Amino acid sequence: MNKTLTALALVLATATPALADLVVPSLSYRTGPYAPNGIPYADGFADYFTMLNERDGGIGGEIVQVPECETAYNTEKGVECYESTKGSGALVYNPLSTGITYQLIPKVTADGITLYTPGYGRTSAANGKVFANVFNYPANYWDGASIIIKDILGHEGGSLEGKKIALVYHNSAYGKEPIRTLQELAKKDGFELIEIPVDHPGQEQKSQWLQIRRDKPDYVIMYGWGVMNAVAIQEAVNIKYPMDHFYGIWWSGSENDVTPAGEGANGYKSISFHGTGSDYPVYADLKKYVYDAGKAAGDGTNPGNVLYSRGMYAAMIISEAIRTAQAATGHAAVNAAEVRDGFESLDLTEARLTELGLPGFAQPIKATCADHGGPGTAMIFQWDAAAKKWNAASDWISADADVIDPLIAEDSAAFAAENKIAERCN
Amino acid sequence: MLYREAGDFKTTYAADSQTFPIRFDRFAYWSLLVVAFLVVPFVINDYWANAVFVPFLIYAIAALGLNILTGYCGQVSLGTGGFMAVGAYACYKLMTAFPEVSILIHVLLAGGVTAAVGVVFGLPSLRIKGFYLAVATLAAQFFLVWLFNKVPWFYNYSASGQISAPERSVLGHAVTGAQTTAPAKYLFCLAILFALAWLARNLTRGTVGRKWMAIRDMDIAAEIIGVNPLTTKLSAFAISSFYIGVAGALFFSVYLGAVEVGEAFGIQKSFLILFMIIIGGLGSIFGSFAGAAFMVLLPVFLKNVLVGHLGWATDLAAHVELMIVGALIVIFLIAEPHGMAQLWRLAKEKLRLWPFPH
Repeated sequence: MNKTLTALALVLATATPALADLVVPSLSYRTGPYAPNGIPYADGFADYFTMLNERDGGIGGEIVQVPECETAYNTEKGVECYESTKGSGALVYNPLSTGITYQLIPKVTADGITLYTPGYGRTSAANGKVFANVFNYPANYWDGASIIIKDILGHEGGSLEGKKIALVYHNSAYGKEPIRTLQELAKKDGFELIEIPVDHPGQEQKSQWLQIRRDKPDYVIMYGWGVMNAVAIQEAVNIKYPMDHFYGIWWSGSENDVTPAGEGANGYKSISFHGTGSDYPVYADLKKYVYDAGKAAGDGTNPGNVLYSRGMYAAMIISEAIRTAQAATGHAAVNAAEVRDGFESLDLTEARLTELGLPGFAQPIKATCADHGGPGTAMIFQWDAAAKKWNAASDWISADADVIDPLIAEDSAAFAAENKIAERCN
Repeated sequence: MLYREAGDFKTTYAADSQTFPIRFDRFAYWSLLVVAFLVVPFVINDYWANAVFVPFLIYAIAALGLNILTGYCGQVSLGTGGFMAVGAYACYKLMTAFPEVSILIHVLLAGGVTAAVGVVFGLPSLRIKGFYLAVATLAAQFFLVWLFNKVPWFYNYSASGQISAPERSVLGHAVTGAQTTAPAKYLFCLAILFALAWLARNLTRGTVGRKWMAIRDMDIAAEIIGVNPLTTKLSAFAISSFYIGVAGALFFSVYLGAVEVGEAFGIQKSFLILFMIIIGGLGSIFGSFAGAAFMVLLPVFLKNVLVGHLGWATDLAAHVELMIVGALIVIFLIAEPHGMAQLWRLAKEKLRLWPFPH
């Protein structure tokens, strides 16, 4: 009995991998209702680091370990994953879940680890004065909402007076994030906002789309994730909603979301803060060192798609931040605090992107102590169902900082007051 | 040989009716308490606290609560997740409205608020029974989650609808917020669990518990012998909801620190806790602990074996883990429909006779 108990205890305790050089845990989800979106992201994230390890021997000569931990998009499992990996010298977390992000913000701040949440998480973390350890550049949810409205304004000749815009959102912290911004924009631009929540996991949306059919909004914006996206696009097709008036945030615009609706999804629009497709020079190296070497993560069907590119984007930014930290400190085995400083002094230029084999893939970023939010720019992509590919439908559009900055200041001030955080960078 | 009544003489009524009539059991109980209170806090680290002990302790409180209602009083409830949400949101509102009051008082008050809500949703139990009552409590589950999503007052008008626990301390040690140390978290939950389990044990073997069991076994007969169904059923709902509310408050403030209602307190949570008491054993205090341990520890254990030791892919391990847990639940219930508590009881019977079973 005692022996069994000891054995059990040992197994429970030895969850952490051996201490290694650079550890970037991947809190991924390859199971559950969010798996269709979680898998390509996790694959892109892992493949990029595999390429760095195989091609360059890691970053600055240090091998990067990417231990994966399955969260199933569940906050309790997320906590378990965080606790089981942080002891191994984890430098950065990228949980790809707004719920888990909210939980980890206080924890990483206490533990001095960086939380990097590109395009998700807590929007007001863009204010580095309050959120020292959280970075969400290049764009956040509020930027996304503002950019979509700007694009719509462009199509409507600059005025949205009397128009109706519906927001179909995942009824969670993630989906609710843009509401405040859209309400401000509704006041400013004079449109009417209809809020339509969809409960987790979103497989049943008949009533929501019935409401859309009845209210006839001029535009529909979707903040969805997982199976919810595909279902919503299918329902929109069913009620013959004009697809070019249907916009998805970057989390609602992957191949997996539009392909189930077939031809009907043609013309669906989505925004993205990075390019997509496998035409970038970096894919030659990925092919040589990762795919052809049989080291690809997952089943190898994802390279080049939107979420794979996004996983790769996150991996690229993290590796650049580590590189920045190495350059600043002069040694390769950087620790979590140095990597945090690396994130804060990251200067990603066009020239550097070209060097990395990703010319024009993303916008330059210049982070500062106060600015953890980046440029706040994104592009509109439109789905071509016949060619099965996303085509750029706009140039880079930047968010309306006049609306968003005060909101960020207000929300982060509330957080600072609640948690008695003194402002930094002054 | 060691495990026996012989020679353990009881000379008072109190000694005769004590919880652990066998000396060996008492010894085991006291040594468990000593280890839990005096040894574990010194060796516990963040991983053990956050991934293993704190969730186990909190789920044990919730399972105790549901066991009072379903196991002892026979009222099936699928509203556990909703009631936990009431506890969590009550705790959040109290914490932010009265920051100077101790968190311990807030947790208990959150339990009180949940008890009141539980009584309201328990009223239909006077008219409807069994599956119909289960459906009524299911309505409570969905209504409460919807309410906390819909009314911004409950989440202090935050942009995302998330509630986050600010830092609060007990006796100078933070128990909520990021600065909380593993032992503080653990001891806070353990102390509350110990007090509540002790209370539950004594309630269930006193007048109140006997009334509950009378109603559970046959309500008409119970009414004929003078048990008032109104007060009995409502007291079961109130006390059960108090426990579940305390569990919800701890779940939010100590364990997770930030929750969103649909994800943390959805219908899955109600089922999870119902599974705990069914697997652990209905109408048993030990069963609540065993069930909570089974449902909390087994997935973590399997994950560590499959991913950590065998090096399987995380998705494969996650799927296999679901299958193993599911299969074990079915096997357990076929082998012993009365749950782990019954297995434990049988084991003890056999131990008493050992090594001369005939």
